[in-house]
Amino acid sequence: AASAPKPLPSSGPKSLREMPHPLATSSSEEMGPALTPSPDLLLPRSIADKDLSLPNGTPVDTSSPASSSSLLNRLQLDDDLDVETRDLFVTVDDPKKHVCTMETYITYRVTTKTTRAEFDLPEYSVRRRYQDFDWLRNKLEESQPTHLIPPLPEKFVVKGVVDRFSEEFVETRRKALDKFLKRITDHPVLSFNEHFSIFLTAKDLNAYKKQGMALLSKMGESVKYVTGGYKLRSRPLEFAAIGDYLDTFSLKLGTIDRIAQRIIKEQLEYLVELREYGPVYSTWGGLEVELSEPLEGVSACIGNCCTALEELSEDMTEDFLPVLREYILYAESMKNVLKKRDQVQAEYEAKLEAVALKREDRPKVPTDVEKCQDRVECFNADLKADMERWQSNKRQDFRQLLMGMADKNIQYYEK
Amino acid sequence: MEDCLAKKMEITVSEAEKRTGRNAMNIQETYTAYLIETRAVESQSEGQCAPVESLWRRYSEFELLRNYLSVTYPHIVVPPLPEKRADFVWHKLSADNMDPDFVERRRIGLENFLLRVASHPVLCQDKIFYAFLMQEAGWKEMVNETGFQLKADSRLKALNATFRVKNPDKRFTELKHYSDELQSVISHLLRVRARVADRLYGVYKVHGNYGRVFSEWSAIEKEMGDGLQSAGHHMDVYAASIDDILEEEEHYADQLKEYLFYAEALRAVCRKHELMQYDLEMAAQDLTSKKQQCEELATGTVRTFSLKGMTSKLFGQETPEQREAKIKVLEEQIQEGEEQLKSKNLEGRDFVKSAWADIERFKEQKNHDLKEALISYAVMQISMCKKGIQVWTNAKECFSKM
Repeated sequence: AASAPKPLPSSGPKSLREMPHPLATSSSEEMGPALTPSPDLLLPRSIADKDLSLPNGTPVDTSSPASSSSLLNRLQLDDDLDVETRDLFVTVDDPKKHVCTMETYITYRVTTKTTRAEFDLPEYSVRRRYQDFDWLRNKLEESQPTHLIPPLPEKFVVKGVVDRFSEEFVETRRKALDKFLKRITDHPVLSFNEHFSIFLTAKDLNAYKKQGMALLSKMGESVKYVTGGYKLRSRPLEFAAIGDYLDTFSLKLGTIDRIAQRIIKEQLEYLVELREYGPVYSTWGGLEVELSEPLEGVSACIGNCCTALEELSEDMTEDFLPVLREYILYAESMKNVLKKRDQVQAEYEAKLEAVALKREDRPKVPTDVEKCQDRVECFNADLKADMERWQSNKRQDFRQLLMGMADKNIQYYEK
Repeated sequence: MEDCLAKKMEITVSEAEKRTGRNAMNIQETYTAYLIETRAVESQSEGQCAPVESLWRRYSEFELLRNYLSVTYPHIVVPPLPEKRADFVWHKLSADNMDPDFVERRRIGLENFLLRVASHPVLCQDKIFYAFLMQEAGWKEMVNETGFQLKADSRLKALNATFRVKNPDKRFTELKHYSDELQSVISHLLRVRARVADRLYGVYKVHGNYGRVFSEWSAIEKEMGDGLQSAGHHMDVYAASIDDILEEEEHYADQLKEYLFYAEALRAVCRKHELMQYDLEMAAQDLTSKKQQCEELATGTVRTFSLKGMTSKLFGQETPEQREAKIKVLEEQIQEGEEQLKSKNLEGRDFVKSAWADIERFKEQKNHDLKEALISYAVMQISMCKKGIQVWTNAKECFSKM
């Protein structure tokens, strides 16, 4: 008989040589060969409770009351989490330019502070370049295909005129990379990923990368989810809804991005005119006797307005726009994950059908089907868990973002 | 201050109306007529108001009045009329003379013109002006009867002519220079301001797009929905607020425009002085040469080359009788000329005195008015910023509730 889906808190099928979720229930049989966290660590991570409740039972379980209350739990715990229970802190800073014969590139310092047992030292500091982040992300996608991996800032600079080494560009990128790592850190599953740990700790990442290539070929089959050729019968409503939502979401974000850019452009044009406006008052002041002081005053005020406006536009460009773009990328990658999920389900259904057609009970097939079923269910569970998390994070992010925008405008007017 | 008309009478240009009629060339046209209402101010009355008198005038009649005043009082800086055609427009404003906003602003400008004339110590006493306010029929004829038109034509020619004055009053030269500069700087200012207004309009209006997209976005969100929706509403409010803001700013622009045109009037006074001075110098020159001629004839010496002198040398001298006659004529002319010169000198001095008095008055008025205009402009800007703060604070609150 097919084994019932275990209450796996989103860690994917067993066949993967992955570290299992360390916070599996006490009846967990999933402790992998790799590092096992000490029980001490299990307790503070109370978010685990929430995660456990989600994938309970079948994937079709809407579990909304459970999830909303656990979501609430999580929100309350968020603060606690930040203060006491977090055991892993990662920052990206200190960008440096490296000039070599073949190329010039920027590295960033990645600092890790942790109390987790699987790390040998409490602190690490390594230098990484964008390539390395990209590698990490790919690895995460491969090894945790059922999870939503946070996006990276764009690899290629689209507008060819932008200077890859300009302060603003580097700073924007640094912030995005920092966010990327922090998101992974916050993720209950991803943060325990082996590749992630290596990324944070290894002195020579390139050596490990090469090693990883060899491993990849062995893991080939289980990693491939893009099986193709299977048609999906019916998508569970919730995933269809998520898909629709993501479509509209990225559309709207795209529009907002365009609007914001347009506003900045108009503001800059306004600034140009203002810059001409101020001095005219000065000139006039030169003509007059009694009026010269007030006229000079007006001229100076206009000058101040110019400065304030410049600041506003800069802030918007540096802080507001990148976050929008990041979420658009996020939505894209999420849609890809959804597609994969569809694929998996399709495969499962097809195999099920195949089995139904065949009268014989071949031992191989049920296992196959079983595997697929597992995958599907895990996938679904993972996705749902991640979506919940993502939504609440997103809410927070946008809240901050838009409040920030409002704040900036307020400051502008106050000046 | 002298008792001027403005104190004795309330004057308003209260309404504007579109009319059609035949103009001087008998062509059908549409024009706007303005209602002028006047009411005597009773000093003792409490709740007892004099009756309101009113009549309709169109812009061309205002122009006629102003021309008359400029010609009749050349030493006065005559208040200017609001612009004939909409100038310094930015894209939202229309350049159409029939546009209701333009008509409204013109109405205010015309009222302002009348008030300025009525509060001028000299101009307010003019009968034609009074008739303009009180007597609808036959006013045009009255004006033409003064014969000012002739003066007007010659004045126009003279103002545009180029000539060199040998000894201008330095103050007038400086003043003319100032009025030129003032015209140039104010028109530059108005042009740039119009562009600034245009751009600012753009910035505000694009924010309106936020309103729409937030609304659409809120439809797909659960927890964030309400916050987004209300924030979107605030963005719409923000975008709409620019219309009023810029409307108010137009008023400021109009105040500046008045002084732009005032500068023109100031320049005219300076030119008039130049004209008079030139006239004087020419008359003096003429007198001197006549005196010289006289002397030459009397003494027989030819000091200056003259065709007459040459011809007489070539074709023989004149008879003593002829010479005597000539001398007599010249002496008469010289006497005339000296009298003329004396009166011209007097005229000139009077002109300078009264003109300068009016110029001082004008300067004070200008400083006062412009200071007020700048202050009200600053107040407008502050209020605009306060509105901005309010909108964004509201939006922020909405966001915080997401």
